[in-house]
Amino acid sequence: MSQPEDERREALLTVTDVHKTFGSTEVLRGVDLTVHRGDVVAVIGASGSGKTTLLRCLNGLETPDRGVVEMDGGPRVDFATRPSRKVVHALRDRSAMVFQQHNLFPHRTVIQNVLEGPLVVQKRPVAEATAEAEALLARVGLADKRDAYPVQLSGGQQQRVGIVRALALHPDLLLFDEPTSALDPELVGEVLSLILELAREGWTMVIVTHELQFAREVANTVVFVDQGRVLESGPPSQVLRDPVEERTRQFVHRLLHPF
Amino acid sequence: MTAPDWQLAIDSLLPLVTGAVRGTIPLAIMSFACGMVIAVVVALMRLSRRRFVSWLARAYVSVVRGTPLLVQLFVIFYGLPSIGLLIDPWPSAVVAFSINVGGYAAEIVRAAILSVPRGQWEAAYVVGMSHRTALVRVILPQAARVSVPPLSNTFISLVKDTSLASLILVTELFREAQKIAAFSQEFMLLYVEAAAVYWVICLALSAVQSRLETRLERHVAT
Repeated sequence: MSQPEDERREALLTVTDVHKTFGSTEVLRGVDLTVHRGDVVAVIGASGSGKTTLLRCLNGLETPDRGVVEMDGGPRVDFATRPSRKVVHALRDRSAMVFQQHNLFPHRTVIQNVLEGPLVVQKRPVAEATAEAEALLARVGLADKRDAYPVQLSGGQQQRVGIVRALALHPDLLLFDEPTSALDPELVGEVLSLILELAREGWTMVIVTHELQFAREVANTVVFVDQGRVLESGPPSQVLRDPVEERTRQFVHRLLHPF
Repeated sequence: MTAPDWQLAIDSLLPLVTGAVRGTIPLAIMSFACGMVIAVVVALMRLSRRRFVSWLARAYVSVVRGTPLLVQLFVIFYGLPSIGLLIDPWPSAVVAFSINVGGYAAEIVRAAILSVPRGQWEAAYVVGMSHRTALVRVILPQAARVSVPPLSNTFISLVKDTSLASLILVTELFREAQKIAAFSQEFMLLYVEAAAVYWVICLALSAVQSRLETRLERHVAT
């Protein structure tokens, strides 16, 4: 994808110079990132590189020390001064996140988990929201688990419910935080293929992942985060096959050839 | 040693059970209910980011746990009148027991809230909930499950502690036993009988506790 074409597409999310420190550890040291509508951005990098923190700054689960996170159509959150709860809320409402450990509500059934946002928070009409939630569950093959509790599901099923819970919020942006890292290997496929389907449908997403094959398949942009900075970004064919930076090359090589 | 007066034992059972039904049990239930309201408020204060609020909660717990219940009861019933605050025996007892249970249960509630994984807060936020909604819909229901065993303990202790109310003239199980013992002079019989009634109440409570636990555990991996 050429640069000028890229410029023409509408930016959905713009991150400018985001810094975050935990205690004395500088986790993010000036990150810039642009996500366009329809983009699928895979964020890769070693553990401790800051990629998960970066993702969590995008919906205000982490508060950056400084920097700007802006969604097209609002809000624009400048973290130079402590932002109000309201503006962080507004930022968070534009996206939905799928966690590494699904984080489903254990005391609620599958359908209740999915409907918590649409009904309790967004106050959508019950019949409409329920019908939509049921359709989404059917779509991911979990219609029969409607009234099951999370503990009764397999890891892959739990994660698919997690994805449905995110979709039901009608977000503009889907954030995935290592969605398959906590799964047994044989369950990874079902979750990845669902994410791939969503990508093909045109959802805008940012995915933190260790699955390079998957990143290559799903993403149109791969971002390599190293020591709290975006060291390199571009189409997967470039970043994963022919990286410019030596550290990217090393990282990709290590992941593709672990032995 | 003479044989126990079985007829007296049977005759006194009704007044003792009446004392339990009219005194001990409602006193315990009312005090526990008020105490739990105090406990949740104090636990949330204790978890507050505002230093002063958290300090206030800490001070409350410290005072309640650091002073004898009997002394608390006496301060309220015999002490307050001297500064012009006269409270009847029954409300005095409810106030004292509520304050006491509130202090102990606050720590249980606080620990239970902290035991809910952080990811649950985050999932609630991501779904769009405010802090308060997350607390009410996601965190407290899960904390409730964790806190059933320790709170049951607190409740059972409270049931027995209500016997102290006899000392501020509240008519309850133990006071009935004292009255009958005083005129019959059958101290051993009456006090053992009173102990037995307390024990039966607590047995029933333990049964309720295990049923409640089974109910609340149903969604949790074993």
